[in-house]
Amino acid sequence: MSHEEHIQDSGFAGSFNGDRIFKGITLGFAFSVILVLLLMVAGMAHESLPALRQFGWKFVSGSDWDAVQGNFGALPFIWGSIVSSLLALAVATPLSVGTALFITELAPRKLGGAIASLVELLAAIPSVIYGLWGVLVMAPWLQQTVEPFLMEHFGFLPFFRGAPYGVGMLAAVFIIMIMIIPIVTSITKEVLLAVPLSQKEAAIALGATKWEMIRMAVLPYGRSGILGAVILGLGRAIGETMAVTMVIGNTPQISLSLLAPAYTMPSVIANEFAEASSKLHSAALMEIGLILLVITLIINIAARLLIWGVTRQQSSGGRK
Amino acid sequence: MTTKIKIEDLNVYFRETHAVKNVSLDIPQNRVTAIIGPSGCGKSTILRSINRMHDMIPTARVTGRIILDSTDIYDRTSSPVLIRRRVGMVFQKPNPFPAMTIYDNVIAGYKLSGRLNRADADEIVESSLKRVALWDEVKDRLRRNAMDLSGGQQQRLCIARTIAVKPDVILMDEPASALDPLSTLKIEELIEELKDKYTIVIVTHNMQQAARVSDNTAFFYLGELVEAGGTRKIFTNPEKKQTEDYITGRFG
Repeated sequence: MSHEEHIQDSGFAGSFNGDRIFKGITLGFAFSVILVLLLMVAGMAHESLPALRQFGWKFVSGSDWDAVQGNFGALPFIWGSIVSSLLALAVATPLSVGTALFITELAPRKLGGAIASLVELLAAIPSVIYGLWGVLVMAPWLQQTVEPFLMEHFGFLPFFRGAPYGVGMLAAVFIIMIMIIPIVTSITKEVLLAVPLSQKEAAIALGATKWEMIRMAVLPYGRSGILGAVILGLGRAIGETMAVTMVIGNTPQISLSLLAPAYTMPSVIANEFAEASSKLHSAALMEIGLILLVITLIINIAARLLIWGVTRQQSSGGRK
Repeated sequence: MTTKIKIEDLNVYFRETHAVKNVSLDIPQNRVTAIIGPSGCGKSTILRSINRMHDMIPTARVTGRIILDSTDIYDRTSSPVLIRRRVGMVFQKPNPFPAMTIYDNVIAGYKLSGRLNRADADEIVESSLKRVALWDEVKDRLRRNAMDLSGGQQQRLCIARTIAVKPDVILMDEPASALDPLSTLKIEELIEELKDKYTIVIVTHNMQQAARVSDNTAFFYLGELVEAGGTRKIFTNPEKKQTEDYITGRFG
């Protein structure tokens, strides 16, 4: 019996029941999503119990990772993930905000539209392709051109010491940067498009130039939304696995030098899960996964809150 | 009576739409000139021509001349930025900058003209806010966010922000249409007080308002100027039938 027949048969009561059933089913779907997340956290926590029991807090402060001796400290991976992501973000943010400003405020409409679609196309490229390009094209270029240059001119800084490997922290930063620019740019673009015309007109009417208008009306209005975009980019950066694994050098060490190889949390999981024969080893990998999950959750919640803040500002303060 | 702004053969097009047709109008100095007419008659479009706001719209095209004092603001050598510092604008809905304090809102435009020291800024904020009769209401909370103010206060803040730049002309695009009657009254009183120092052009669809606040009135219909003259004459003894029909409420 179709839904419409049902309504005709039993009048209002029928439609009411239909709605109730429909609501119940969709509610079930919605809760199943939350349930999956909870089960995942619980499952990972359970699986990582051996490592949690054995090492406690030393797991996150220790920097020795030795599967043979059964010694597991995750600090090099946490360090590698956080440093590579933050550096990439620091470079990607001005580039993305600048691109978004060009698309929304400065470019002729057609050119802006074309650039916007190209940027979004970048986001659709599978990360293994970025990795392959990184390892075959970018890493040799870094090794032969960029790194020797940095060592020669900035070698007095601890960040540019050591040998030019090509693969390493610098390569990871470059790859992550390229990969998060599309997402940060397109969200920032949406945020900037949401700035009401009346705000821009207010600045223009005061005798502001285009740049002054951007500084006075556009950026302040969009600041929390842009921050949200940046944090979503950070979430993407920290979870990026394939491309980073291919270019970072996969060496669990903590070095100030950007030229040195490093290792990230997703990379070590991807590299070692298949050969983790001992219970403790797989528990340690599981615990790294748990830490990564918690970090990404925190980042995403922060982004949600910021974006929620900006929409609230727009509905109360933005009635113009 | 000196003419402050002389509009000559003004035409404004948006793509193929001919929004303002061959308008010529003199706007006298230190007077309030009201622009009235039914919706879509081009009154806002004319107002926005006077400070080159149409420059923001790529599809807009303006021909003719608008002479402010002795400079043609549409001359190739005229800078829209400098013109807008001389011709300020107040919009229909109050649009203070939501991320700024009351103080920073007032000084926002003035800051653009160059560096200024703290004492000057304080002075300008105080005198501008006093000019719009907002000082007593906000002097204890200048560092609070501008969005904490009521709609009427926000609009007076926007007028203060405009006069802080020290313009000669203030354009007002239905400045009270989003406000309650009491706030409207305050804005109207303010317009009366401002005209000793500024030339004011106000667009309004409220005929009583035009009659109350303006010295001169120009009536537009379908992008054309139908009739312009002293407000008293336009409202009591108009020359054109169309004008009479509109002000007596027979259409529009």
